[in-house]
Amino acid sequence: MTVEVSLQVNGKAVSAAVDPRTLLVELLRQHLKLTGTHVGCDTSQCGACVVHVDGCAVKSCTMLAVQAEGSSVTTIEGLAQGSTLHPVQEAFRECHGLQCGFCTPGMIMSAVDLLQRNPNPTEPEIRHGLEGNICRCTGYQNIVRAVATAAAKLRGDTAAA
Amino acid sequence: MHPFEYLRPRDLAAAVGESATGNYLAGGMTLLPSMKLRLTSPDKLIDLSGLKDLTGIQAESAAVVIGAMTRHAEVAASAEVRRLIPALAELAGGIGDPLVRNRGTLGGSLANNDPAADYPGALLALGGTVVTDRRDIAGDDFITGMFSTALEPGELIVRVKFPVARRAAYVKFPSPASRYAMVGVFVAETAAGVRVAVTGAAACAFRLTAFEDALQKSFAVESLAGLTVSGDGYNQDLHGSADYRASLVPVMAKRAVAAALAR
Repeated sequence: MTVEVSLQVNGKAVSAAVDPRTLLVELLRQHLKLTGTHVGCDTSQCGACVVHVDGCAVKSCTMLAVQAEGSSVTTIEGLAQGSTLHPVQEAFRECHGLQCGFCTPGMIMSAVDLLQRNPNPTEPEIRHGLEGNICRCTGYQNIVRAVATAAAKLRGDTAAA
Repeated sequence: MHPFEYLRPRDLAAAVGESATGNYLAGGMTLLPSMKLRLTSPDKLIDLSGLKDLTGIQAESAAVVIGAMTRHAEVAASAEVRRLIPALAELAGGIGDPLVRNRGTLGGSLANNDPAADYPGALLALGGTVVTDRRDIAGDDFITGMFSTALEPGELIVRVKFPVARRAAYVKFPSPASRYAMVGVFVAETAAGVRVAVTGAAACAFRLTAFEDALQKSFAVESLAGLTVSGDGYNQDLHGSADYRASLVPVMAKRAVAAALAR
């Protein structure tokens, strides 16, 4: 049995007939070929699969595609404006907030949500805000620095950036 | 995941009407991972997200009423909850991680009644009432055991009423890996007296009457001096022994009293 699901993905209307078991991340990666969203643990722990659903960061491996019916989904592919990176992407590049890069899409999507809710986070607030995202390479230092740098950029605070 | 039928009813009666052959799906933060691991395999999922009556937060004169499908992040950010029961807002803001809080719901957490879940502690300590599609259940009667509640088959939580406490606080010692409470203690000075509830330590959340009596005499950290609990029947796992959890209980209780007094 399949169910029709219609949603917006990165601003484009999308519809697909899916088995109800299909996870949102499977819809994104396999049906829509948006492979920027990664599957890390597949057990709701690592946050590599984070996307925004109606503006909220969620783990797309722990949501059924059918639960996104009528929603607006943003993936890592939807952040840049053409060839101009999103300020959070730019800050991760500048600060080298990654090593292998596998966790980076999820980290960035969580960081964007964090900065939307709290444009001027303290370092502990950044670390708490990224509790749902695991990185096994960096030790987090440059990730935290990237988020702080992005926050300063987004506030227009060029001195701090 | 085993195959299942998926429904998203638009009203409460339709949802309850399907329940004989299906499982409710709230935020899915426990149910979906359990289904992926094939720990549970429902034939039919009844997605509650279409039931608008189950969302929202209302302030009454002496209580906060929260719809069952209200997400943890909404409770944490609610100006009404922060003003009337700040301990409850802080509890919600400490569940899991931000991504879990954006999906997980109050009703789902209570219905699942995980031994280490945070909300059951608030329900007991604040003397809350669970309102279902068919009756009101006092918090003390609602929690019956590990992953078990007074809910009948098909019975659906609609909202939860939390009386406003004079002062209250919740402090937990989270597992560094899962963020679940190894031990969490919710202390509340309510209109009906002081109530102390513990979560994470045993099969389900429970009240500590000896601590309540001591704090009833004087709501101060010193009132708990020398009070201990036995670890008999407490949970033990790779994160900590039963005795370790028992030793955490008075520590968390004292911190909670201090936090309540510091407001």
